[in-house]
Amino acid sequence: MIHFVVHEDGDSVGTVVVEGVKSGDKLVGWVMEQDQTVTLQTVSAIPIGHKIALKDLKKDDTVIKYGTDIGRVVAPIKVGEHLHVHNVKTKRW
Amino acid sequence: MINKDTTFLGYRRENGRVGVRNHVIILPVDDISNAACEAVANNIKGTLALPHPYGRIQFGADLDLYFRTLIGVGSNPNVAAVVVIGIEEGWTSKVVEGIAKTGKPVVGFSIELHGDHDTIMRASKAARELVQKASELQREPCPISDLWVSTKCGESDTTSGCGANPTVGNAFDKLYALGNTLVFGETTELTGGEHLVAERCRTPQVCEQFMEMFNKYQALVERHKTSDLSDSQPTKGNIAGGLTTIEEKALGNIQKIGKKCVVDGVLDKAETPTGPGLWFMDSSSAAAEMVTLCAASGFAVHLFPTGQGNVIGNPILPVIKIGANPRTVRTMSEHIDVDTSGLLQREMNMDQAGDKLLEMMLRTVNGRLTAAEALGHREFVITRLYESA
Repeated sequence: MIHFVVHEDGDSVGTVVVEGVKSGDKLVGWVMEQDQTVTLQTVSAIPIGHKIALKDLKKDDTVIKYGTDIGRVVAPIKVGEHLHVHNVKTKRW
Repeated sequence: MINKDTTFLGYRRENGRVGVRNHVIILPVDDISNAACEAVANNIKGTLALPHPYGRIQFGADLDLYFRTLIGVGSNPNVAAVVVIGIEEGWTSKVVEGIAKTGKPVVGFSIELHGDHDTIMRASKAARELVQKASELQREPCPISDLWVSTKCGESDTTSGCGANPTVGNAFDKLYALGNTLVFGETTELTGGEHLVAERCRTPQVCEQFMEMFNKYQALVERHKTSDLSDSQPTKGNIAGGLTTIEEKALGNIQKIGKKCVVDGVLDKAETPTGPGLWFMDSSSAAAEMVTLCAASGFAVHLFPTGQGNVIGNPILPVIKIGANPRTVRTMSEHIDVDTSGLLQREMNMDQAGDKLLEMMLRTVNGRLTAAEALGHREFVITRLYESA
């Protein structure tokens, strides 16, 4: 069972692809580009389709997905934590 | 799955273009002619009215786009014949003459000096003849390269970027190699990934034209915005689905142009491509607006990946929905034509997903109704550039 997918090695985030992920769950992730499997424990509940932080991130860090900048951190994020609009914002507009 | 010898059953039109549907449309030139058009479509079975809210006191570039859209939709090869109804003679004739250039049957009626009753009667008589004639047209085998295929995604989520969108990308790579005519657009929805599209342009000139369109749309957003657009782009549905920023949404969106396709040229809104290849069309990212522009540009079938479940259709363009979010596929199954959720569990690879989509595309262009067609989704939405005078 794959619980989250990562586009490529080096990305800061994975995408949860199953329903019902809770805090403390041990998840299996698939890094698609490198076709590797990784494991990670959550520190918060994460809905399907939402992102999980793969590393600790501090304020003003850049979030990387698809090997590319997708925005800036506005509140510190721990590995395994839900990463979304409450802690990451666009650098555009 | 497909190769240069692949054929599909299409309707070869007078101008050589190939359609995959055989609609007789009743096309209003303006908002106040909708009632007459709907009455004609109600009288004559097998015809389709395309009501819309515009067409009065438009001017300049917005009016040019308006005529390009109406004439383009009437000229689309999925349309066998057209009855045009407008309030007055001048603009009605302009639309009729524009569509007539394709060689297909088209007749126009104006309401002034006649009233609705007389107009409906005369237009119904014409529509009956046209629909009976169209019903005798036969599909014939056509080479796959004669098929014009458009794409635009909607209500995307994070599964769009890793499942449904790259499925379209894989199909586009295969079609591109066979010489098909392809289009993508959604100008603001490339924000954060525009450099990746620029790198894919065929020539420095195409790249320059693309960046000019991109920057012009950015300036429009900057001029009118009252926030960082986090209430509109990404949409509330995108955010509920896990997309956080426009950059993330854009990088998922760009997966639709695959890994091998090259951007051969750019198109203004509702402009018709002049040759095969992948075209970028400057366009809104709102689903019904963009799909209507694709219909007006002459595209015959549309690939529409969705994450959270956009239910859009189009009156004349079959819209094939691709979904990879297992929850959406479960809860909204009646809207999904191609389920690629197996990608996220490694139960299928991208090549297999692309082939699954192409197989459904061939069945659809051969006559199978899409989910949106069966459900009666006929969203016909005209893009406006600014208010009427």
